[in-house]
Amino acid sequence: MPQYVAFTYTEDLDWTAPEQADVMVEYDEFGKAAAAIIRGGAALYPTTTATTVRVQGGKGGDVLSSDGPYAETKEVLSGFYLLECTDLDHAIATAAQLPAAWLGAVEVRPVITFPER
Amino acid sequence: MTRPSDPARAALVRLVRDEGRRVLATLVRVTGDLQLAEDAVQDATVRALEAWPRTGVPPEPRAWLTLAARRRAIDLLRRESARTGKEAEAVSILDRGDSEDAPEVLRDDMLRLIFTCCHPSLSFPTRVALALRTLCGLSTAEVGRALLVPEATMTKRLTRAKEKIRTAAIPYRVPADHELPDRLLGVAAVVYLLFNEGYSATAGEDPLRPALVDEAVRLARLLHEVMPGEPSVLGLLALMLLQDSRREARHGPDGQPVLLAEQDRRRWRRDLIAEGVVLVGAGLRRCPDRPDPYVVQAAIAACHALAPTWEETDWTAVLSWYDVLLSVHDTPVVRLNRAVAVGELRGGLAGLAELDVIRGLEGYPLWHAARAELLLRLKRAGEARTAFAAALALPQNGVQHAHLSRRLDAAASA
Repeated sequence: MPQYVAFTYTEDLDWTAPEQADVMVEYDEFGKAAAAIIRGGAALYPTTTATTVRVQGGKGGDVLSSDGPYAETKEVLSGFYLLECTDLDHAIATAAQLPAAWLGAVEVRPVITFPER
Repeated sequence: MTRPSDPARAALVRLVRDEGRRVLATLVRVTGDLQLAEDAVQDATVRALEAWPRTGVPPEPRAWLTLAARRRAIDLLRRESARTGKEAEAVSILDRGDSEDAPEVLRDDMLRLIFTCCHPSLSFPTRVALALRTLCGLSTAEVGRALLVPEATMTKRLTRAKEKIRTAAIPYRVPADHELPDRLLGVAAVVYLLFNEGYSATAGEDPLRPALVDEAVRLARLLHEVMPGEPSVLGLLALMLLQDSRREARHGPDGQPVLLAEQDRRRWRRDLIAEGVVLVGAGLRRCPDRPDPYVVQAAIAACHALAPTWEETDWTAVLSWYDVLLSVHDTPVVRLNRAVAVGELRGGLAGLAELDVIRGLEGYPLWHAARAELLLRLKRAGEARTAFAAALALPQNGVQHAHLSRRLDAAASA
């Protein structure tokens, strides 16, 4: 079965803060309901903790790290789920159950399966 | 979709394309790969067009095409050495050659293909292009010409679409009952856009553009064939047939558009009108509770189609259909058309009052033009000129601009 990553895009929030408790309960409920197809995932700290890394001048060049996320946007990448679904319709229906789908948006992307070498 | 001058050749091309898309639908199910299936069917249709003029059309053209396409698909699959389990399975299914599929299976294959090409996870322009390429069987170059997109851009768009269908695993299946109404509206929107692209094409454009009308009608007929009881399909086909019945009367000898009120109604296609009216009736019987917007629009088109002259139009009926339409599809343009009907039924002042309360059409030339026509009828020529000038100042196609310029001249001499 194909795998998808569902990226959650939401307001840039600290999910560990007490005022997020209600939303986190909703995520827990999602996690239980979709347990059979969740293959992994993570919630992320706010983008104030992000560091963007680039190497200048090709491989082995200077490492330039800068404070902040790769893209400055109102809604930021706040977490992801790795889902195993029957097809895109299944993945979309599952993503629609994520709180981020109504608090922000969820981007669903198919995962590449590289042939074994 | 080139139109060869030889009618026998044209009929043959038509036959091969119509049968080809059915063969394609089945082959996509068997191989699970749209690109592969398309390549195989493309090869089979080329062979048919070479062979059949010499040998005559075989008694079972679809079986012939199916066999040729299956052989080609097997060749293509075997040629790719890195193929894994699923493809090997496809080869074995193809090899078995069980072309004795039941009609329901063929019907469902066609439905699956339609819903895949019109999947909501594809952008709307992509769905329109895929419909022309895959469901109508046009070449990529033809799709580009018909939709006014450079061929290279179109190639990229279609390649990306097929890539997404494959990698994101857009399902090849008929939507479940609870999803069907929404998904069907998505399909209808694609077909109706194709129709309108063709309908609004003007003289001097690539002949592929007006031919989009025929492609859209063919697609709607196909939808009707595979989903005979769906109100929106009945309404869509009826609406397009009723509008298309006026094709010959819509343009003057110089290619200038002729307004509905001034068309020579003897040139309307009675056969299409009769068919459209029957479909409207069937559509209305199937949606007594919540009328389908396509069915209601078709009912309005039927009122016009059945009127012997513009003056004898049953405006009471037209107006009440617009009221029904507003209850399910309330847009400023529907309100504009309703106001025109009010103007016919209750006079220019009443129509003008309706027009003037519509908000959001200040940038729409036809709103200004409708106001101008009513003002002209009310002998308020000065205001009519101002309104025509406002319409002319807005962006629009050249044909419409020329028409409005003539109307402005008429208002100036009124």
